[in-house]
Order: sequence, then structure tokens, then C-alpha cells
Amino acid sequence: MTATLAPAREPGSPAPASSRRLAERVFRIREFGIVAVLIVFVAVTAGIQPRFLSSTNVQFVLVDATIYALLALGETLVVITRNVDLSVGSVLGISAFLSARLASQAHGLPLPVVFLAGLGIGLGFGVVNGLMVTLGRVPSLVVTLATLYIIRGIDVLVVGGTQVVPSSYYPSFLSMSKATLAGVPDLAIAVAVLVALGWYALRTFRSGRELYAVGSNPDAARLAGIPTGRRVLFAFAISGAIAGVAGVLWASRYGTVDSTAGTSYELQVVAAVVVGGVAIFGGSGSVVGAAIGALLLQTINSALYVLGVSPNWDQAIAGFLLILAIAGDRFILVRLTASLRRRSARRGA
Amino acid sequence: MSDGPGEGRAAGAAGEAEDAGAGPGAGGARDGAIPVLALEHVSKSFGAVRAVIDGSIELFGGEAHALLGENGAGKSTMVKMLAGVHQPDGGRFLINGEPVVLGGPADAIDAGIAIIYQEPTLFPDLSVAENIFMGRQPLRSGRRIDSKRCIAAADALFAQLGVRIDPGRISRGLSIADQQLVEIAKALSLNARVIVMDEPTAALSAVEVARLFDVIRALRADGAAVLFISHRLEEVFAICQSVTVMRDGRHVLTAPLTGMSAAELVRAMVGRDMPERIPGEKRAPGEVRLKVERLTREGVFTDVSFEVRAGEIVALSGLVGAGRSEVARAVFGIDRYDAGAVSAGGRRLRKASPTSAMAAGIGFVPEDRRQQGLVMEMSVQQNVALASLSTLRKAGLIRASAERSFASDWAVRLSVKYGQLTDPVSMLSGGNQQKVVLAKWLGRQPSILIVDEPTRGIDVSTKADVHNLLDRLAADGIAILMISSELPEVLRVADRVLVMREGRLTAAFSQAEASAEDIMAAATGQVEAQAQ
Repeated sequence: MTATLAPAREPGSPAPASSRRLAERVFRIREFGIVAVLIVFVAVTAGIQPRFLSSTNVQFVLVDATIYALLALGETLVVITRNVDLSVGSVLGISAFLSARLASQAHGLPLPVVFLAGLGIGLGFGVVNGLMVTLGRVPSLVVTLATLYIIRGIDVLVVGGTQVVPSSYYPSFLSMSKATLAGVPDLAIAVAVLVALGWYALRTFRSGRELYAVGSNPDAARLAGIPTGRRVLFAFAISGAIAGVAGVLWASRYGTVDSTAGTSYELQVVAAVVVGGVAIFGGSGSVVGAAIGALLLQTINSALYVLGVSPNWDQAIAGFLLILAIAGDRFILVRLTASLRRRSARRGA
Repeated sequence: MSDGPGEGRAAGAAGEAEDAGAGPGAGGARDGAIPVLALEHVSKSFGAVRAVIDGSIELFGGEAHALLGENGAGKSTMVKMLAGVHQPDGGRFLINGEPVVLGGPADAIDAGIAIIYQEPTLFPDLSVAENIFMGRQPLRSGRRIDSKRCIAAADALFAQLGVRIDPGRISRGLSIADQQLVEIAKALSLNARVIVMDEPTAALSAVEVARLFDVIRALRADGAAVLFISHRLEEVFAICQSVTVMRDGRHVLTAPLTGMSAAELVRAMVGRDMPERIPGEKRAPGEVRLKVERLTREGVFTDVSFEVRAGEIVALSGLVGAGRSEVARAVFGIDRYDAGAVSAGGRRLRKASPTSAMAAGIGFVPEDRRQQGLVMEMSVQQNVALASLSTLRKAGLIRASAERSFASDWAVRLSVKYGQLTDPVSMLSGGNQQKVVLAKWLGRQPSILIVDEPTRGIDVSTKADVHNLLDRLAADGIAILMISSELPEVLRVADRVLVMREGRLTAAFSQAEASAEDIMAAATGQVEAQAQ
């Protein structure tokens, strides 16, 4: 937390980098902050219980975190536009069941087709969410709270009392979530690449920057001629599609799928996004931060387990971290605003 | 699109531009020419409010045109029609003589119209350069944003404007002046044929204004049309060649500025029949009820001192944004202030405490009655009783019968027109809603009443009702502080008129000396006369 003031700008120097560096530093701090917490947590836990760093445990944590990080990637796009998608857990659930059934009944099917099916299901729900928010002008909190229950209801109707069991899959469906490359799960690598691509796209393409613009000041975005409705619809569509893909991964990871798969994931995902430094009122934050936030929450879960702390503490600690993240966010924003304002004042504007 | 933004139209010409068009040349340039852009007899209503009734304006390439009018004359609505934000209900929108329909802001931008809004419209979380080029960022291969060129182009624009703003910093925390300069840079980056500036100078320093004028001259030299809206008449004379005046949503006059005097323009802006005050109701003010001493809130208002006596109506006049409502809010304790003191009935009030203000007998009728004055879903009766619940309570419960008789009593005294006392207040007309807000505060029997724009959006006959009511209240010995942007109202109702400009009191008039021209002149900074 070093929002120190850079030295006063010298007259005549065009576009000094000092305040830019300040702003960048503070934005990087958001991600640095959680990385630091993550490292401390891992170090302390490993110090007490070295088993925490066993390759099996690390792999378990990474695969679990991967699913949340993937969901957080989609959620971040939505939150950046000053919206929220609460239906991701339900979308994951229904996609997990349908893709699992596909994988257990059509053994000849290539894996990509299963993924496409999951993606298609999620995309469909995402578009529905997006249309209701943009065309219906209903707040996304309400829309996605409704679809959370509706999609879960459909899931329960479709699944009934049945479940898909691991023995029924063709083997490659289960093994894909176990495969590793130099000790790192393939899935984690794939999702890390996806997150990196998302980060790059949001920084580099006009439509990506426009998502931030819409969230930062919706009225100004409209005046700037940005198709705000289309951008918000896009964010929801991607969030849904990603939740669909995450469902396939979930089925592969846990094997047994019933109608409760992914229940209350939405809250963990929103928590990860906020802990990761994405402003809940839109306009700032990065998918990398959100992914690290997901990893942090998952690490804490695992650490508490390894340390023998009752799992009852899990949620309380996650909630505490959330408050900490929001307070930190607020603190940085206030400091940043104050220092930028002082700078303007000193310039004598 | 995107042929190197930043090489603004004005780039090369800045500085060396001759002010050739200022004289008769301007008239000559437009003989027989087709206006680049014209609105012909346009109208626009929002619900029952007719913001523009019959507006016309013509803009010619190479000319800076001023649009003048009082607050509420319809200027900002005209701007929003030019921006494609609002579509006219009637009339024609012509570009180069061809009728067009702008579906939205994007269409206006494509048509080469750039708008600098009165209120800056920035993205606080994004960098200054991104704010300027949002949606139009320079690209490199693969449709990727070229952020280096983006920064460089922003730097070039700021160099052209002669200001130093770091394009890489986020825009949160920029001063209002810097925000305005970013808006100006944004408009320049569009290479527009028509540039609309809605009060661009309100927040700028003299040096920055001079720079902006250089830029406007360069734009003109390059053939762009500029629409310049400002309350500062000296600026209008300095930079514009022709003028259109609007009043009450209607076009009043369009003329070249050469040969016009400031007094003529003010008269055109104000010129309507002043309702006469009924003679013989001269009130003799009593003791001082409200005393405001050297009240200051940094950056909002400075060193404001005045008194309001019992039985006296004092009007606080001035332009929108002069700080009048802010002073009232600070007096009532809604906002805090940095220095100074407020006392009511000889007792000093606690800072930022509406409770303390209410206990001292102050009532406050806010500007925005729908948001701040009424609970729209609640009944007429409940709204009237809302501020007096403590007196209508028995054992902690509100007695419906007491509430009812209290409300009907006040409704009769203020001649509120309603169907049933139990109807939601949203069913009443604007004027009757305002009477309900007044009734709500009068029910507390205040000794001091602050009313902010008491007749905004109210029809003429109800307006007269409200004016008569204020007269009666003053006659009953209440001290009234009224904020009003309508000069006829100020002249009709007030015993004394205080004028604010840019956060300071600039003039004070007694009822006998007050004239619309003098008040307008003090509000726009034409003279700094008779202060305090």
C-alpha cells in the first residue's frame, strides 16, 4: 500500500510518467496484494504442515481452483460492465449433467464434441440472461437471480433422482482432469492460457475497452456512441458459455453428477472476483486478478483442511477476506483519488 | 475510419489564424450559402414539460454562432437534439440542406457533429487518452489498439490546446477544468464539421479560455461551424459572429453580432411581460430570523453573508451552477461547510445537521420535489403529515383521524386540488404536488422557510397561487429565502434580491431598484455593482 506521491511535475516536460506510474502501481498493487496474501498463506501452512505442498494436494487445489477461475473469467466480464451473473452455478450444474450423460451414453463421441455441447448449453442461457438485461431493462441482479432458480429447476426436472456415475464414462473423459504436465494439471495450464488471452483481449481490443467504459460511466458510454446493449449482451453470453464449459470440467473432475452439481458456486465466484480486485460497481479490475482470487479462496479451503481446522470456519474466513478486499479496494480508491486531486491542484489548474 | 486522430482540423492553423470573420465578412460568407447544419422549427416535450416549443438554428461553416437564453430556455435540449440523444417531436433536422434523422449519438458522431457537454462525461476508471479516443482508438495490425499512438495523439491534442495533462493517468481526480479540457480534446479529435460547446468556459481560467478561443478561431479558419453557448456575454462578443436567442423554448431572434449591444441581448433573453406586484402590500420586515455569516464551502461557494428578517422574502438569484442551491443546502444542514456560521433566531446552528435546523424552525422545500420532497407512492394525506408525525402520535402510533383532519386542514388552506386525500400524490399535477410539499413544511409552523425553485415546471395559474401563498406567509411573519431562476418570479415576489455568480454574492438589490437587466448583468458578470 504505497500510494506515495510522486515528485511534482516540472513545467514543460510533456506527459511526465510520474502520475501514470503511480496509477499503474496502484492498479498492480491490487493484484500484488492478493498474490502476497496467497504466498503468506501457503508459506505459513506449509511451515506447519509440509504435507500441504505434496504434489497430490497441490494438484487437487489447482484443479478445483481451475474451475472457479474459469467461472471467474466470465463473471469478470459481466461485473466490469456494472452487472452481475448469479446463474453461473446453475448453468454449470445443468451442463455438467447433460455432458456427463453424453459422455456415458455415446462412447464414440470425441471429447471436443462434449465440450461444444456444454458450451452451447451455457451460451444459450447466457444469451437469454443478456437479452433480458439489455432489452427488458431489468437489473441483472434480479434477472440472474431468477434464472438461477429456473435453470436449477429445469436441472432437477431433467435429472430427477438419477445420477451419472464415473464407471459409465469412456475413460478419456475422466482422465483429462488427471493429466499433468511437469506436475501441473493440464486443465490448470489450459485455463491459465485462457485467462491470459482474456486479459490480453480486454486490454487490446476496442470492444474490450468498451466493456470497461460501459461499466465506468454508462451514460457517457452511450454519448460516445458505444453500443452498450450489445457489449453487455456479449459479456453475459461469454459468461454463460464459460459456465457451460466449466460444467464439462466439473463432471470430469468429480465423476458423480446429480442435480445438485454447482449449487451456490455463484457466490464463491462473485467472492473470487471481488477478492481479485474487480470493482463490484464496474469499470475496473482484471481477469488475472479474479483468477488469482479464485486460487486464493481455494487455497484457504485446502489449507484449513490440511491444518485440521474445522471446515465450519471456511465460510467465515472467506467472508472475512471479502470484507478485507472491499475495504482495501475502498482505501486504495480514496488514496488514489486524493493524490490525483492534489496533483491537479498543485499544477495550479 | 481513423485517419490519425490528433491531427485535428485546427492543428496547423492554430496561432496564425486571422480573426477575419469577426467583421462584416461573416455576413458575406453566408450569403446564399446552405447551412452545414440546421434545426427548423423543432419541438421536444418530456411528458407534460415542453422543453422546446419552436426552436430554430442555422450553423454555417467558418462561423462561430452563439446560442443564448435564460436558464430553462431550451438551450440544452437543443444541444441534445444536435447530439442525437433526443429526437425532435416536430420540425426538421437538416445537414447540408438534406433532412436527416439521427438515431443516436453514434449517428451524430458519424455525421461530423462533436459535442462538448456542460457536464463532463468521462470514464473515471480509464486513462485520459482512452477517454478521448474511446470507440475510435488508433489501431495497429490485427485490429489491436495502438496505445502508443493513442497517447501520442492525446499529447498532440493537449499541445494544441496548450495545456499539460498526462494522457496516461486515469481521469478520476481531474479538476473540473481539466475534465473540461479533456472533453474539448475529445471533440477536436473527431475532426468534426460542427462543434457544439455547451458552456465550455464555465470552469476554465482566463488563460485557458484564451487558448480555447485560439482553437475556435483555427477551427473556423478551417471551415468548421462552431455553436457556442455561454452565459458570459463578453465571451460571446469576443468569439462569435452571429447569435440566436431563445426564450421559454422558442426562437426569439437570429442576427449578426456586429452592431448588437449587450443590453439588447439581455433584453431579448429576458423580454417578457413582468407581472406587476399588487401595490399596497409593502411589508415592514421584523427582527432578523436567519443570519448567514461568511459561509464558505471550498470550490462551491465563498464568503456568503446575508440576513433574512421576519416577514421578508429574499430571493437568491443567479445562473444554474452559481452555487445558490448549495448555499441553501448548507444552511439547512444537508451539506457541510468549511467556514462561516449560520444562526436562526439568534441561536447558532450545528453544522451539517438538518435536525438542528428543523428544531430551530427552518423548513426546506427542495428543488426536486419528486425525488426529495415527496414520497410519490404515498397518499396526499400521508405526505402532508410526514414532517409533523410527532404531533399526530399517541402512544407511538399515528392516529389516522388526526392525520386526516390535519391534512385536509392544510389542503384547504393551500387550495390543493385533489380527488381523495388517500390518492397517491403522484396522481396530482406538478403545481398541486408543490403545494403538498409546502403544506408538509407549513404544518410544522416554521419561522423560516427556504424554497428552492418553488414554481419549476408549474403552469401559469398555479404559479400565481404559489406566489400569493408566499406573500401571505410573509405577511404572517415567516422569513422566506427563495431560490429562483425565473426573473419575473424574483421581481414579482421578492423584497430583496441577492445575486450569486460563480459561488459569490455579486450584487444586492432592493425591490425598488431591482430590474431584470441589472440582475442578469450581475449574474453573468457584466458588472460587479452594488455588491453587499
